[in-house]
Amino acid sequence: MDILEKIKQAGLVGRGGAGFLVAKKWSAVKDAAGDPSASSPRPELGTKAGQVKKYVVCNAAEGEPGLVKDSYILEHHADKVIDGMKIAINFLSVGSEKNKPAVKGYIFLNHAYNKKLNKKLAALLKDSAIEIFIKPIESGYIGGEESAVLNAIEGRRIEPRLKPPFPVTHGLWGFPTLVNNVETFYNVNLVNSDQYKNNRFYDIAGDCPNEGVYELPADLTIEKVLKETKNYPKFPFFAQVGGDMAGEVLSSRQLKGPATGAGSITVFSLAKNNYKKIITGWLDFFADESCGQCTPCREGTYRLREVFMEEKIDWVLFNDLLDNLADASFCALGGSVVVPIRSFMKNVLPEMEAKK
Amino acid sequence: MQIKKSKISNGVKINLDGKEIICQSGKTIMQVAKENGVIIPGLCRHDDFPAKANCRICVVEISPSTALRTSPSAGSPRPDFVVSAQSNELGTKAGQAAKLVTSCSTEVVDGMIIRTDTARVKKSRNLNIELIFAEHIERCPTCIRRFNCALLELADKYKIEITAFKDRKGKRKIYKFANAVEIDGTQCIDCRNCLDACNNLQKINFLELRGKGIEQEIVPATEGNGFPFIGKRRKKVDCIYCGQCSLYCPVTAAQEQAHWQLVEKDLKNKSKVLVAQFAPSIRVSIGEGFGVPGGKVMTGQVVAALKELGFNYVFDVNFGADITTIVEAEELLARVKSGQGGPMFTSCCPAWIKYVEFFRPDLIPNLTTARSPQIHSAGIIKTYWAEKLKINPKNIVVVSIMPCTAKKFEAGRKELKISGHYPIDYVITTRELIWLIKKNKINFAGLEPLPADNPLGLASGAAAIYGASGGVMESALRTAEYLMQTAQDAVCRDLDKEGKPRVKFCDSKIEFKAVRGLAGVRRAELAMGDKKLRVAVVNGIGNVKPVLDNLKDYDYIEVMACPDGCIGGGGQPIPTTAAIRKTRLAALYKIDGSSKIRRAHENSQAVEVLSWLKNKGKLENKVLLTKYKKRS
Repeated sequence: MDILEKIKQAGLVGRGGAGFLVAKKWSAVKDAAGDPSASSPRPELGTKAGQVKKYVVCNAAEGEPGLVKDSYILEHHADKVIDGMKIAINFLSVGSEKNKPAVKGYIFLNHAYNKKLNKKLAALLKDSAIEIFIKPIESGYIGGEESAVLNAIEGRRIEPRLKPPFPVTHGLWGFPTLVNNVETFYNVNLVNSDQYKNNRFYDIAGDCPNEGVYELPADLTIEKVLKETKNYPKFPFFAQVGGDMAGEVLSSRQLKGPATGAGSITVFSLAKNNYKKIITGWLDFFADESCGQCTPCREGTYRLREVFMEEKIDWVLFNDLLDNLADASFCALGGSVVVPIRSFMKNVLPEMEAKK
Repeated sequence: MQIKKSKISNGVKINLDGKEIICQSGKTIMQVAKENGVIIPGLCRHDDFPAKANCRICVVEISPSTALRTSPSAGSPRPDFVVSAQSNELGTKAGQAAKLVTSCSTEVVDGMIIRTDTARVKKSRNLNIELIFAEHIERCPTCIRRFNCALLELADKYKIEITAFKDRKGKRKIYKFANAVEIDGTQCIDCRNCLDACNNLQKINFLELRGKGIEQEIVPATEGNGFPFIGKRRKKVDCIYCGQCSLYCPVTAAQEQAHWQLVEKDLKNKSKVLVAQFAPSIRVSIGEGFGVPGGKVMTGQVVAALKELGFNYVFDVNFGADITTIVEAEELLARVKSGQGGPMFTSCCPAWIKYVEFFRPDLIPNLTTARSPQIHSAGIIKTYWAEKLKINPKNIVVVSIMPCTAKKFEAGRKELKISGHYPIDYVITTRELIWLIKKNKINFAGLEPLPADNPLGLASGAAAIYGASGGVMESALRTAEYLMQTAQDAVCRDLDKEGKPRVKFCDSKIEFKAVRGLAGVRRAELAMGDKKLRVAVVNGIGNVKPVLDNLKDYDYIEVMACPDGCIGGGGQPIPTTAAIRKTRLAALYKIDGSSKIRRAHENSQAVEVLSWLKNKGKLENKVLLTKYKKRS
């Protein structure tokens, strides 16, 4: 059974947060022509016709507060991650004798991780077609979006690209590019050696005693995950799942489903937090981290903060600005601004207000 | 067995606001909507650039559906027509959830149901417009785009308050580039069209986007730490004043440095003689500012409008262009005959001159020393014409109306002074003139056409095409070939007893079609008497590199910094697009084709002025020739 079939059967989904089917992405890159001169939206690249190149990028940007699992995986399983990348490179390298794609790999590494991981990774990457690209310090949260990653590597302004075309057909320098998260490549390694057990990594943090990264079955409910790691609070609480900024906020009664997105669970004590502080924290983050490309996010997040700071909040306008972010943002990160705020207000705020 | 698909070639069927439409695939929703009479607004979108989709005001709601494919109207005999009106319910029948997309960047797909008018669309669109308004500090009373303002039009069309949010860019800087162009950060709406113009179209890379989020700002690359990254190396860079950024800016954040106020002031000064002169390419573009279809020749209305504004005399720079042609053709022949090193470059594009002086000063010796048409014309006004009319040149104010922002810089060059006077006092753009005409409530299209003043009123067809890329070269070639065939080295060296040049018969070629067209670089090899002349025409400074890299291949090179030449100049009416430029171009060649004289040296008035200058000693060179200097 070839690797693609194995990935399909394992039902692997991307662990960067979006949960895209891994097999689908891999096929798309494999099927892409690999010759940007044919239909490139960026003809200035001026690549010679017929030159077939493809790229594999391991996204270790991990720019969202609350997430450290990629760092953890690279620290403990770097060999498996790199093997996963090599499997992808081999998979994409297959072609006819005349038309064999040259495949190169990059690890897009969070600059904060570079210091402790560089030596180790460099040793593992020796004589391979993979190199480390250190995520520029100023690239921030947006620098983890997959097309922004490509811009960073190309030396362009770090912000998402207009899609379509998608990176799978027009990625780095216009060539088909496979961008997967650290955990995804780790899983590919497991799938390949028939060791994949449908586990995933959970970042657990916040008002709980045993903060840390845990590898547990992916279908566990959030509640179970908290209990098994001895983190389930005895006090009234709520949780944010899938990132401390863009993750969904759930009340303690809503934890009967599995964790979605990037697999982080942050516990908040209901008594210790107030809504003004929490929402301001998110708005500050999103306004500061907006790349500035589109109106709903650049202007919208700034105005949301402005409206929210007013003594008398114009909730109609506040909601309109959120709707606009969800509906009309340039990239998914703009759309995700809405998630924590709306889910918090719906799932937690009434309870929080009632307790007062 | 093969199954035949009964599909209209490349056709897709969509539903737009309840109407079924068959359209071509590969088009965007915005394009298809426009073709069907639905105008979707857009600020960052421009026909000349790929979609950036950052302003987000062109959002529409789409829902994919299979309902359309099986609709009974599929077999309509007129698929190009709107075949049937569907009920509004169709949108909700679709299986998948409707979503908003930017119509500028989303292509139509078979079965797509598009609504441009739902509450959801209106909410996002209007909110984004309000958010953008708050980025732009209004300077409406003195803004030359007041009558042609994209923002005010949107506010009016959608009944939107322009002050829903507090202005947030009041403290932004205004960057001025010489006296030609400026970037006013207080008006910028972050659409990035200026970056497309400066960096992708013109490849100058002078403008840069710094910072992120609400801090992001368009700045000259020389601001702060100096040099921008081009590729991976830092290079020196400067503005060439072409003004393409101002042509593509939807909101005058990038614009010409306006000088109409100074002109207005002088027009009230009764002790001065006010003289206007206008460029070859103005006449075919100015009408667009008044709702006249592109490409209409309005020479007479331009003259009439300028007279109406209070100018005492109005001259046509086409006359000056004939002077330039003759001077340049003579120099070309002299260079070719002497075998002097390297090709000769045209010099009438001031942005190109700035490019050479800054980026390639080594090429300065290759530039023709002929002054540009506006400088020739104005210099002759302040010498020959002033003497004829016995006016002290000190009391003449020459205002040049140009399709160009760099002409403002050119007019201020000290080396062009004649007897202490600048030939030109002010340069205003086509847009500034349109503004002055509108501001003074002159009904431009209804004006009785007037001829330009005489003398200096005669012009050849060769002068008209100066406004088109390839035109300067073609004009020079017409005269150069004449000189070659008649074995002369100058048009008016051989004078008769009365001091008039002897006219020689010659059947030299008129139309050099090889140098015409829209391609970025056009190359040709022409026979000039017994010599072969290898020429290149560079259409847009962004295309100059391959020619500069192969200088040995050419004897004569024309470079125009703006796309398609002056008709696409940085001072031309907004919008200017490739399609609009085409109509302007066609009009110029029409003027040429229908002119009584087609060659500059047949312009008897031009020849007379040149003969007059022959007897003026040093003044001749002062009026006709110039020099350049390294600026880096």
